[in-house]
Amino acid sequence: MDLRYSDAEQAFRADLRTWLEATLPTLPPKPDPNDWPGRRAYDTHWQRLLFDAGYAGVDWPTEGGGRGASAIEELIFKEELERAHAPYVGVNFVGLLHAGPTIIAEGTPEQKARFLPAILQGEDVWCQGFSEPNAGSDLASMRTRAVRDGDDYVITGQKIWTSHAEVADHCELLVRTGPEDSRHRGITWLILPMDAPGVDIRPLSTIAGSNEFAELFLDEVRVPVTNRVGEENDGWRVTMVTLSFERGTAFVGDLLEAFELLSTSVTLAQRTGAWDDVGTRREAGHIKAELDALWALTRRNVSQAARTGIPGQGGTYFKLAYSETRHKLGEFSLGLLERAGLAAHDVEGLDDAGVLPAQTVVEDWLRGISLTIAAGTSQIQRNIVGERILGLPKEPQSQKG
Amino acid sequence: MDFEINETQTELVDGIRRLCEGEFPLDVVRARESTERAIDRDGWQTLGDAGVFGLCLAEEAGGVGLGLAEGALVFEELGRSLIPGPLVATHLAAGLVEGAAEGTAVVGLVERPRPSASSTALPIVIEHLADLDVLLVLSDAGIERIDNPAATLDARLLPRPMDPLTPVWALASLPTGEPIAGPDVAAWWRRDGAVLTAALQVGMAQWSCDLAVDYAKGRVQFGRPIGGFQAIKHLCADMVVRAEVARCAVQSAAVTVDQPEVGDPDVAAAGAKLLADEAAVTNGRSCIQVHGGMGFTWEVPAHLAYKRARVLSTSFGTAHDLAEALAQSLVV
Repeated sequence: MDLRYSDAEQAFRADLRTWLEATLPTLPPKPDPNDWPGRRAYDTHWQRLLFDAGYAGVDWPTEGGGRGASAIEELIFKEELERAHAPYVGVNFVGLLHAGPTIIAEGTPEQKARFLPAILQGEDVWCQGFSEPNAGSDLASMRTRAVRDGDDYVITGQKIWTSHAEVADHCELLVRTGPEDSRHRGITWLILPMDAPGVDIRPLSTIAGSNEFAELFLDEVRVPVTNRVGEENDGWRVTMVTLSFERGTAFVGDLLEAFELLSTSVTLAQRTGAWDDVGTRREAGHIKAELDALWALTRRNVSQAARTGIPGQGGTYFKLAYSETRHKLGEFSLGLLERAGLAAHDVEGLDDAGVLPAQTVVEDWLRGISLTIAAGTSQIQRNIVGERILGLPKEPQSQKG
Repeated sequence: MDFEINETQTELVDGIRRLCEGEFPLDVVRARESTERAIDRDGWQTLGDAGVFGLCLAEEAGGVGLGLAEGALVFEELGRSLIPGPLVATHLAAGLVEGAAEGTAVVGLVERPRPSASSTALPIVIEHLADLDVLLVLSDAGIERIDNPAATLDARLLPRPMDPLTPVWALASLPTGEPIAGPDVAAWWRRDGAVLTAALQVGMAQWSCDLAVDYAKGRVQFGRPIGGFQAIKHLCADMVVRAEVARCAVQSAAVTVDQPEVGDPDVAAAGAKLLADEAAVTNGRSCIQVHGGMGFTWEVPAHLAYKRARVLSTSFGTAHDLAEALAQSLVV
């Protein structure tokens, strides 16, 4: 066990820091959170800057045009970006983290040439069409149907939680090509052009009041067979391949942001006098212990991935524990604001010197709720831990698949 | 940076685990339940011979010369076997008290209460007094030594100790002992003692989890093993997550003590102890719950880890003290 960084890792960090210091001041002002075309322009511009500097797809293998960095370098990359308050991956998320890696692993040479450079250079934006209104935790029960017609698939159905759909060029789409009850064995992975006739996008508001989700209605949409990634009915396996690209760094930015929120909360508590209360201090101390432990768990997960190339079970442990801590932190910060936290709007006198903007706290508190739901609810995660790690008997439903 | 356990460390862990399984199976440990002397001197000697107490003592001083990272790995295994006695105190005393490193002496530790203006003072409680060759008294000022404390101190054996393997004695006040170390040593003892105690707690948190999972696989109700029900499965999942998060905190704290350039060792130690105490106590409780009515019987060992976890959470920093120390680290 060694927590010291090697000379090469320190050099990677120093170069990146120098580049960030020179580059970040040149960025245009951040767009309004609900200005989606503006957000697309901002995020893809950032992606282009990363590409020109050789930092695009830092965790992608070199054969896909990425930098092929080790898991440790990837950790450093995300750490430095967050510390410097660089833009978040934003609308590039699905392309860089899901669709791109899937095409690298399973795509044809033509698909790789067509789609990968455009993701890395910030030209194409992707969205994800996996979940359906009746296929959430039980994703394998999806019903959106694709029927072969000559050189096309004709697709009809409905998808949900499709982030950034309004500004996306392509969608990684899972469709049912096998019989209705074929579950995991009858799913196919397709690339859907978002401008195809029959694609209807309807925005879906979240409890935080933002519009990043959408519902996707597909009415006899034609997609060429050449847009299929992997074989017909092999889409479930193709989807799972992407998971092996996750090396324990998914929440690095999020976790560092939580440290910062705790720190600004303490500053506010000191100013308002709440810090004189021993209960407030103990709560803060406890959250600090949990965040430090989660940082240690992140380093353990990344070290495992660096050695074996595959993620261990640590990612599931992390998500379960982090989502609880993050919610605790949200409650703590909101409590410190007392009635000034009744609006997601900064109150004069509290937002000076970046102490604790009410807008950030309220939005963060609400967003924290999504952590125990998105990408597998905590209940599903506990089933996974219980069954795959502890070897407890399986749920009746999952035996069918 | 590589926070994985390396090959040498894995061999060390395997060796200690084999030793514990061979020399300290649960029935042997339990044979001394509810007696005045819970420590088997031959077993203590075996631990000394294996290098458990001299592990972090420099080689030129007669120790093994390893770091606290290795210490934490070894103590997690000791915790997993529920071995009773002042393991941490004797380990810390290696090099300072003769016979501690070798396992020929059993060295206990008690904290000198801070002066208080309150009208009712709680008694001072000493663990394993009848087995102790030396009792060390820890305060901010340093460490004092009291030899043959069972004969020297006017202490009363308390009947029915909470943990049947941790007999306890009470006394109203501690005499002044022979000073053997100053405030600097006291400070690092508090820090390293917290990390090693936390490592014992992680071992017990894992032990409770393993026992619960094992039972949940075999116990059948409503025609199914109860581990197939989400109510039980999710309790077990939470137990393993809690143990793993605490383990990372403890190992990270131990490495930070060895490599202080990577962080603040005192803060890391406080956080590790806080979470490891919680993991051991909560997992102990959950393990009893998974066992249902059987978990409430003396025969089923689930209660042993729960009770020991409570004992260990009272030394080298209580939850309130640790949380306060962590809070102070947030003030810039």
